[in-house]
Amino acid sequence: MTLFKSRKDLLYLAIFALVIFAMPLWLKPFGAGYPDLMQRFAIFGVFAIGFNILFGMTGYLSFGHAAFLGAGSYAAVWSFKLLSLNPVPALLFATLVGGVFAALVGVVSLRRSGIYFSILTLAFAQMSYSLAYSVLMPITHGDSGLQLASSDPRVLDRLFGADGTLPNLFGFSMHGMYGFYFCALILIGCFYFSMRLDRSPFGMALRALKSNQTRMSYTGFNTKPYARTAFIISGMYAGLAGGMLAVTDPLAGAERMQWTASGEVVLMTILGGAGTLLGPLIGAVIIKYFENIFSAFHPGRLYETFSFLPEGVQNFFVTIISPFVGEGWHLTLGIMFMLIVIFLPGGIMEGGKRIASALRNRRASGRHLQSRQFEPAE
Amino acid sequence: MNFRSVDRRRFLKTTAIAGAGLAMPTIFTSASRAQEFCNAPTGSSVVFGFSVPLSGPYADEGADQLRGYELAVQHINGEGDGGMLNTFKGSVLKGNGILGKKVEFVSGDSQALADAGRATSNRMIERDGAIMVTGSVSSAEAIAVQSLCSDKGIIYMAGLTHSNDTTGKDKRRNGFRHFFNAYMSGQALAPVIVDAYGSDRRAYHITADYNWGWSQEESIVEATERLGWETAERVLTPLGTSDYSQWLTPVANSGADVLVLNHYGNDMANALTQAVQFGLRDRQANGKNFEIVVPMFSDLNAQAAGEAVEGILGTANWMWKLEDEGTQAFVRSFGQAYGQPPSQSAHTGYVQALLYANACEMAGTFNPEGVVEVLEDFEFDGLGDGPTLYRGGDHQCFKQVLVVKGNDDPADRFDIQNVHQVVDAEQVTYEPDKWGGELGPVRSQC
Amino acid sequence: MDWLILQFLNGLDKGGAYALIALGLTLVFGTLGVVNFAHGALFMIGAFCAVVFSRLVRLETVTVDPERLSPWGTPLEVRTPMVEVWLGDFGTFLVQYSVPLSILLAIPVMLLIGWVMERGLIRHFYKRTHAEQILVTFGLAIVLQEIIKAFFGANAIPVYAPEAFSSSLNLSETLGIGTSVFYPWWRLIYLASALLIIGLVIAFLQFTTYGMVIRAGMEDRQTVGFLGINIQKRFTVVFGIAAVVAGVAGVLYAPIVSPNYHLGMDFLVLSFVVVVVGGMGSIPGAVFAGFLLGIVESFASMAAVTRVLPAIDQVILYVVAIIVLLTLPRGLMGRKGVMEG
Repeated sequence: MTLFKSRKDLLYLAIFALVIFAMPLWLKPFGAGYPDLMQRFAIFGVFAIGFNILFGMTGYLSFGHAAFLGAGSYAAVWSFKLLSLNPVPALLFATLVGGVFAALVGVVSLRRSGIYFSILTLAFAQMSYSLAYSVLMPITHGDSGLQLASSDPRVLDRLFGADGTLPNLFGFSMHGMYGFYFCALILIGCFYFSMRLDRSPFGMALRALKSNQTRMSYTGFNTKPYARTAFIISGMYAGLAGGMLAVTDPLAGAERMQWTASGEVVLMTILGGAGTLLGPLIGAVIIKYFENIFSAFHPGRLYETFSFLPEGVQNFFVTIISPFVGEGWHLTLGIMFMLIVIFLPGGIMEGGKRIASALRNRRASGRHLQSRQFEPAE
Repeated sequence: MNFRSVDRRRFLKTTAIAGAGLAMPTIFTSASRAQEFCNAPTGSSVVFGFSVPLSGPYADEGADQLRGYELAVQHINGEGDGGMLNTFKGSVLKGNGILGKKVEFVSGDSQALADAGRATSNRMIERDGAIMVTGSVSSAEAIAVQSLCSDKGIIYMAGLTHSNDTTGKDKRRNGFRHFFNAYMSGQALAPVIVDAYGSDRRAYHITADYNWGWSQEESIVEATERLGWETAERVLTPLGTSDYSQWLTPVANSGADVLVLNHYGNDMANALTQAVQFGLRDRQANGKNFEIVVPMFSDLNAQAAGEAVEGILGTANWMWKLEDEGTQAFVRSFGQAYGQPPSQSAHTGYVQALLYANACEMAGTFNPEGVVEVLEDFEFDGLGDGPTLYRGGDHQCFKQVLVVKGNDDPADRFDIQNVHQVVDAEQVTYEPDKWGGELGPVRSQC
Repeated sequence: MDWLILQFLNGLDKGGAYALIALGLTLVFGTLGVVNFAHGALFMIGAFCAVVFSRLVRLETVTVDPERLSPWGTPLEVRTPMVEVWLGDFGTFLVQYSVPLSILLAIPVMLLIGWVMERGLIRHFYKRTHAEQILVTFGLAIVLQEIIKAFFGANAIPVYAPEAFSSSLNLSETLGIGTSVFYPWWRLIYLASALLIIGLVIAFLQFTTYGMVIRAGMEDRQTVGFLGINIQKRFTVVFGIAAVVAGVAGVLYAPIVSPNYHLGMDFLVLSFVVVVVGGMGSIPGAVFAGFLLGIVESFASMAAVTRVLPAIDQVILYVVAIIVLLTLPRGLMGRKGVMEG
């Protein structure tokens, strides 16, 4: 049984794991090295990597994946309330719910393609959101969110005499650094799985489906089961991510299902590079970084930051920068979206590759003047 | 070269070792960081966390609340004219910070959402070492952040949140609310509208379909029916609707003669504007003038509704036109700093920051256990709301409630409402366990 | 009977709004093949044209009166409206009719914005993937929103219809329908303008040579290009028309829903649902779907309906969208091959 297709993959994964586990060290200088944000990086990384299995590989653009995330959150919190504060059953339950919900939505939505598919998924997600806010109140607790209470039954915990008031893995609290390492492990596992999927014949079939579905079906190849499987897998990833959100912070709210949340994962994936393994994670990290760090700057803080400068220059810098931070963090995000997609077609990963190869070519052409690149015709 | 078939056990072992190695330093640091209580200040300063919406539809109310907080920090530190610090009866604050420590603050964008509110509060607690988190413009966010702070052993001073749940079903020992709630609005408003419009009215309720809307509707229905009103119809509308025509047209011929709009924010502004456009206020029904009531008014919502607010009755927590010396002192320092009068969102934020600072000073510690002990059943005056009790049973403030009326001829955009009547605290008081829930123990450990 | 007429009017009114926004969106889809997530932002900017214009005509001189003090003790600023002082009755007219008159401001502004957007950005994205079009236009929408927020704040700003049209019209008296059917003047004007604009756009595409070439371009861009026609220039015009339609819709809608910077995002999802239900690239489809969804939504919100099916009013649009898309693969009138890949 081979775990890796190539030695390169093993090395890739080892470096990936190292970088993820070392996050507390290298994120510190960027002001992001605290548990809650690193957990979010890992969680939304899982969400985006899962989304990429559908969108990046098959080309089906779902605008409703937040519904699976939200369903996963609710499932996990209910597992905490009814069964146990242990995250393992909660995550299993969340993944299962995400998968089943995705299967239901997928069967219907995948009967259409292109933007018709996108709007169908959007419609299902928005319906879930509206219902969670109003009539499903007994299950979701509406806008104030589903929370834990000391009066919850927690059957398994009572049975084994486990105590505690917050989710914990055999006594290890799931918020704080242990929560981060727990999420990091899951992220690495999910990354590994998506890498295996990418290299497998199944992944090949998915990509073929993306490039030309009609031609695929002419060859007598039934494409639907493949698309459906990809949809369910990515739904399970979303459910898992939703469960992880509840594990690190036991609250589930309906807003997680809104179209803006679905749109966010689409943006993460495209920003990082749809179809690449690492891109979605990078996109998730960037967007969450902006949301949490750039929004926290305050003119007062800026004055402190530039306090080493003479007053006039200090004022100048603060005036220039303050529209882009604090309440203006959305503006910076919007500008960045535009710049990246204009100058780095294909997202950060793809753009990075192009820049790297352009640099390599320039160096190469310096040595061998004759060598020329031929672009294949479209 | 045989890497292609690394066996599973070896792979797991290597990553586990790598993981453990990286986890080590933090295990040591968290052990060595054992402190008396969460984020206990060690230096010469102490950090407050201000979590308010800076984006989304509530951004202006969040920004105004933040102004209130900044002013409070200045006054606590002895900068500026001191504002309500001079009128605050029951205070031991000296204007030299708290317990000799200078107050600093961090802020963040809560987007008025539960998840974003918790994320930004987590940052303040975990990264910036905030000793206390405060601020909110929606109840969803207040309830979510309150339970987070409770889990983390931090005190939470709620901002603008009007749902009964914040200090009812979802109350926490670590959380405190100065703002009033939906039940109080109903109790204060019902006698006034019955007095103004007569006791034989039929009310038609259009309500935003979420927790706050329901509790607002419930409290008004209950309070008005006790005084002889009937309820013709109760209709729910989705949160975030912009066009209310399909709910407004049936009102005219329903036999009702009062319309109650249980909405907040842009929903309120749109629903009220459109109700006026549909000519409801020019109508007669059952031989009486048709009236519209908006139970809960915020200053900025009223600005957004513009002329439609004229003559409409509703309730407010506080208003800058009050004439007590606390209000005047606050309006003076706020107006001089920002060139406009403060909203009630700014007022409640300012007051909460002062109350917390004073409690620490009185307790002689920042430890939540000491702070909670002081704040429970704390009585004070001079903060613009008259004599006030911070009730220990549910951590809710009990004070006067204002019934406000839309101004017929506003001089500028801040002059949109007048105080119609001041309702005493006794009239809006209720039992602490009215909605269940429990405070639980004080938490002070991270 | 009255309730039926009123809900039908509500539905038409809502439908008019949906159709106007969807019209420009589907035009851009059909001709340029671009998914424009910034279309809602154009609608929002249109609404703010009304805000800007009404502020311009209410231009005030600010003088400081040292005798009177503000509540916080600084000298009071006294504001006197200038336009009315300068122009007398005509000034009063300008103030009164600021909303309809601001269309005159909105048209050039929207044309300029549309032209800059198409030339500067959209043009370079014709050949890019839909995903990248979404990302870049979404980014642009955020930037436009934030600029508006920086100038006007996040709170909604009330804009008033002319006083003559701020009351309700008694339709029972004028048209003899129902017993007591009152409907706001401004909403009736809005509906009439929506129908007029839709009619104008369709007539332009249907009956002018210019429009015919654009329609031919929608069908087969390459062939039209071979004929030596500068299709590029026509596409800029199409984008400009879409921007103007969205902007004028925004202006007219401002008295009904007070503009705030978020307005466009609130309409974005809905307008996509309308366009897709109508069928991608089909203008009659978008118009028809807009009115259909508006009317269905109105009737689904009635208390009699929601009592039987709670919260049906919140999901009805999506239920209709799902049913239509599952029975008709390309929406009501969609063309084969448009946006299906």
